[in-house]
Amino acid sequence: MWRRKPARETPQEAAATAARPAAPPATALTIDAMGRKCPIPIIMLADQINAVGLGAVVAVLADDPAAFTDIPAWCRLKSHEHVASYELPQGGWSIHVRRNY
Amino acid sequence: MAALDVGWADPARLYGSARRARLLLDQARAEVAEILGARPDELSFTPSGTQAVHLGVLGALAGRKRAGRHLVASAVEHSSVLHAAGVHERDGGTVETVGVERTGRVSPADFAAAVAQPGTAVACLQTANHEVGTLQPIAEAAEACRAAGVPLFVDAAQSAGRLPIPPGWSILAASAHKWGGPAGVGVLAIRKGVRWRSPYPEDERESRRVPGFENVPAVVAAAAALRARVAEAATESARLSALIERIRHEVPRLVPDVEVIGDPVERLPHLVTFSCLYVEGEALLTELDKAGFAVSSGSSCTASTLRPSHVLEAMGVLTHGNVRVSLPRGVSAEDVDRFLTVLPDIVRRIRQSLGVH
Repeated sequence: MWRRKPARETPQEAAATAARPAAPPATALTIDAMGRKCPIPIIMLADQINAVGLGAVVAVLADDPAAFTDIPAWCRLKSHEHVASYELPQGGWSIHVRRNY
Repeated sequence: MAALDVGWADPARLYGSARRARLLLDQARAEVAEILGARPDELSFTPSGTQAVHLGVLGALAGRKRAGRHLVASAVEHSSVLHAAGVHERDGGTVETVGVERTGRVSPADFAAAVAQPGTAVACLQTANHEVGTLQPIAEAAEACRAAGVPLFVDAAQSAGRLPIPPGWSILAASAHKWGGPAGVGVLAIRKGVRWRSPYPEDERESRRVPGFENVPAVVAAAAALRARVAEAATESARLSALIERIRHEVPRLVPDVEVIGDPVERLPHLVTFSCLYVEGEALLTELDKAGFAVSSGSSCTASTLRPSHVLEAMGVLTHGNVRVSLPRGVSAEDVDRFLTVLPDIVRRIRQSLGVH
């Protein structure tokens, strides 16, 4: 099949959504949700995001394809910032979220 | 039932009962064509809506082979369109899917830009989305296709019988069971002058467009159902649309952390989709089923592929905890009230079981 085009977004959103192959930068907290199906990765993120300081970044490691769409959607609904999603060499993504409040 | 008695014979033969079957078939064709805004000789019946889509898309591509091998389609088309596109791609053709806005609507400017690319053979756009109900800008897309000299394939399965078919299509597909007709009847209409070549081996049936013995009794029933649906559409669509509006308004009020999806105004009258944060779609479906509500979901845990719906993905909306409510004809306001009564508690219990407070 062909590559899916994401929904129309602002340039910042589009830059964040496109999975990047480069090594992800360090984050304040890493949540390992590998092998967990949605909504579990999002529940783990919602539970733990307040463990980091305001403006700090949390990385969620997940390989459920739903997480790739749903974590940015959660950020939009909850007014946190989806920074970027990085493809992991072993499969799945490291999805970076900045705590806004 | 009456159609089974008089319409059983082969409409391609010349004996009396066969001639009667031919008459019934052509009468049904004339009725359906008039309602869908086609000429009778432009319209063929197929064994399903899916096959009408496959024949429509692949036949249009075959007819335009010399113009190009590039196919343009919105990212939220029905899987039957995307599967036909997949066949075209495996056959050496190219496919471009045009992304959609958050509401699921394709941007007319993006669609026009994609269609205008040299080598574009065919463009595909649905009248309305099957999962979120959002109406697509068919008139603008048709104008862009006309300007570029590209035929527009329109999948009208979701809206035929409920809303008027927008003008401007080159090839149209629809499905009788979506308008309350029997399973096993699809409609394929090809505008006069549009180049189309059957991707299948041909026979003499349905103007050489659809091979195989026509199911005359089912076609007659499909035409009767379409007539009945259109006759009540003005009042029933308005009634269903008001009930959908009630669900769209009440669900986020009654259930915390819900995203109602799709265009709130430019939408089908009978369909609404929403996603509940921190809820598993499969559990939600099971609980609603126990409560007597048969709803669908685009969540990955409810799909055989374990992937979320390509429509929700393309829209960039929440895919888990997803529920699609499609109101059947004649559903009562009390049924909707009962749905709204049981939903909040079901969602609360599922969240509790996942440790969400």
